[in-house]
Amino acid sequence: MVTGLLASVAAAGCSDKDPFTPDTDQQVVASGQKVKLLSVDGEVIEVDKAFLKPVPELPQVSNTEARRGIPGKKFVMVIDLSRCKNLKKCQEACNHAHFVPDAQNWIKIHPMQDAEHEAPYWQPTTCMHCDEPPCVKVCPVDATFKRQDGIVLIDSDRCIGCRFCMAGCPYSTRVFNWEKPDLPEEISTKHYSCETSIPQKKGTVGKCDFCPDMVRKGELPHCVSACPNGVFFFGDMYEDSVSNGPETFRFSDLIRDKAGYRLLEDLGTKPSVYYLPPVNRNFKFEDGLKIEEERKNEKVK
Amino acid sequence: METHQLTAAKITHDLMPQPFGMKGKIWTAALIIICAIGAYAYYRQLRYGLTVTNMGDYVSWGIYISNFVFFVAISLVGSLITAIFRLTNVKWSTPLTRIAEIIAVSAIVFASLIIIVDMGRPERLVNIFSHGRLQSPIMWDVVVISTYLVISLLLLYIPMLPDYKFMIESKGKGPKWMSKGYKFFGSFWKGTGEQTRISKKAVLILSILIIPVAFCIHTVTSWLFATTYRPGWDSTNFGAYFVSGAFLVGAGAVVVAMYVFRNAYKLQSYITVKHFDRMGKVVVMLALLYLYFNVNEYLVPAFKMKKHEEAHLSNLFAGEFAPMFWFAILIGMIIPILVLVFPKGRKPLPMFIAGCMVVIGAWFKRYLIVTPTLLHPFLPMHDAPEKFKHYFPSWEEWAIAMGSLAGALLIITLFARIFPVIPIHETIEENHETAEK
Repeated sequence: MVTGLLASVAAAGCSDKDPFTPDTDQQVVASGQKVKLLSVDGEVIEVDKAFLKPVPELPQVSNTEARRGIPGKKFVMVIDLSRCKNLKKCQEACNHAHFVPDAQNWIKIHPMQDAEHEAPYWQPTTCMHCDEPPCVKVCPVDATFKRQDGIVLIDSDRCIGCRFCMAGCPYSTRVFNWEKPDLPEEISTKHYSCETSIPQKKGTVGKCDFCPDMVRKGELPHCVSACPNGVFFFGDMYEDSVSNGPETFRFSDLIRDKAGYRLLEDLGTKPSVYYLPPVNRNFKFEDGLKIEEERKNEKVK
Repeated sequence: METHQLTAAKITHDLMPQPFGMKGKIWTAALIIICAIGAYAYYRQLRYGLTVTNMGDYVSWGIYISNFVFFVAISLVGSLITAIFRLTNVKWSTPLTRIAEIIAVSAIVFASLIIIVDMGRPERLVNIFSHGRLQSPIMWDVVVISTYLVISLLLLYIPMLPDYKFMIESKGKGPKWMSKGYKFFGSFWKGTGEQTRISKKAVLILSILIIPVAFCIHTVTSWLFATTYRPGWDSTNFGAYFVSGAFLVGAGAVVVAMYVFRNAYKLQSYITVKHFDRMGKVVVMLALLYLYFNVNEYLVPAFKMKKHEEAHLSNLFAGEFAPMFWFAILIGMIIPILVLVFPKGRKPLPMFIAGCMVVIGAWFKRYLIVTPTLLHPFLPMHDAPEKFKHYFPSWEEWAIAMGSLAGALLIITLFARIFPVIPIHETIEENHETAEK
């Protein structure tokens, strides 16, 4: 009797729709195109393309999860200076993905010359995701934090806008939302996520986040995949591999063989971003200057 | 002392707060107007965001922060005159204690307010308590500044208790709310032996307590800069450099206030030429001390001229900020020293002028500590909007900064209207003692 009662309660709790019959309003017509798939048993099966449904956007991870990071990972980036010609495709992709306001670029590309007679080169800078992050040390409210996977993120819902982190960062990587960011409505009404860093909020700090949302999906950060010259490599230090998409290298070999280094090493911030020196360059420094000139002229037009 | 012939009745009469004359009314009205303009500018900032300022991603701290440092600096004088002088038995400072303490209280109140003005999200101030991280130097500042405010308020209030009796007795002269207030705060004071004993002990304990706290507030404020890597801030000299500068500007402010109160309230027989002479010597000593730390702060890095320091230092010595830099050094230290080192320079009027110079020089000095450093980051200022590569405060920033200064002056002014700026009871007592001798 008890089971009968439970069953009736359960039946009342559910809708009368049978979950096993397909939705009648979404009648699928076979297209004739077959796609080969691997089943869970390891068998190759053929399915009509029409039955494949796009996976809905993965739900955002919770704030607690976003603060913890992806377990068992330590993300690193390698930037090969011999390949950069100031094309700024990385910056474009980054600004587009994060709705970076008013040219307050998260990725900056600096013309560098270390000493008088040394050759100039182009140096893209992201957030260094330091292992001893000065910004995290000084934050009074734990709004910027270091995750177990090495990524330094910002909680824009908690940031009080004191800008101590900006003064603290020796790489000047952080930008501030001085006014209300100009965002499309579907973005500005979203819930803020530390992992996507959108929507940016007035009176809070923003910066490069290593695109943890992409990484969670198993994809490369936007700047890495956008660069046509393969300047950026991204990967997991524990796996000891970094990739720019087409090429994948053993991280330790790459750093050893090409004499990788980090910016402002003497400050002891221990960045997660490594640079390969600009030797055997693919482009002349002047190419980058030309591109910059053209870009300026375009803006004037 | 010249106070020999004064009777208790005359002292009470002379030192009682009086209604403002025409000058006082104009002064108060002017301060209120400046405050109102500042409040309007802040309303605009709340509405449109910090974009109404001319700060940018490089100069991310501007005039608000330098004004904050200025306020914290000036507030240190309360501990110098009430505590250090009291503990070292400097008797002549009695008429100056309350002036110093009200300067300290009003400055520290506006230091707290201006830091809230600088915040991008002031409505999230509560996060400091709900998510506070004690590792951050900002939290240290919150802790020590609030402690300093409480001790300063007590050091203002407790020594004033015996004076409430005189204020309550003089009822009928002032508006009703004033005598009500006096009664509320001071009617429990009967001047019994037990009360006097407790109050003396309390003041002694507070005087000892406030000295380390005072050193802390300005040392921690200097650490907001010195805990970063930036050239011009990355200095082990910073704590001592800030504390010495703070005592100097505070002493300068007391000199200015002495002169103004003396003339406005006709206190010539209480704040005497001797007081000016002695304060003059104190200012010279403090200016020399601050100059010493300045030499340390600039000469040693300039001798080495490390790559990142070079851009910053040459900009101060001979570049864009050179006029302001040398102005601050000359007006804030060297000229006051040259004036006050001679007895003729320690007469009230030259002292007043030197005091003004010290305070103005100190304000610009704080500006020079904050801004030029931020214009010299380690990596080039290349790939950022053009407007972020320079800094000059916007009218809103000026209005808010000046409004906060006017606000601090307004607190001091209103205090002088309501309470005696020179302790009545202590003056009578000391007068009695000297007469007996």
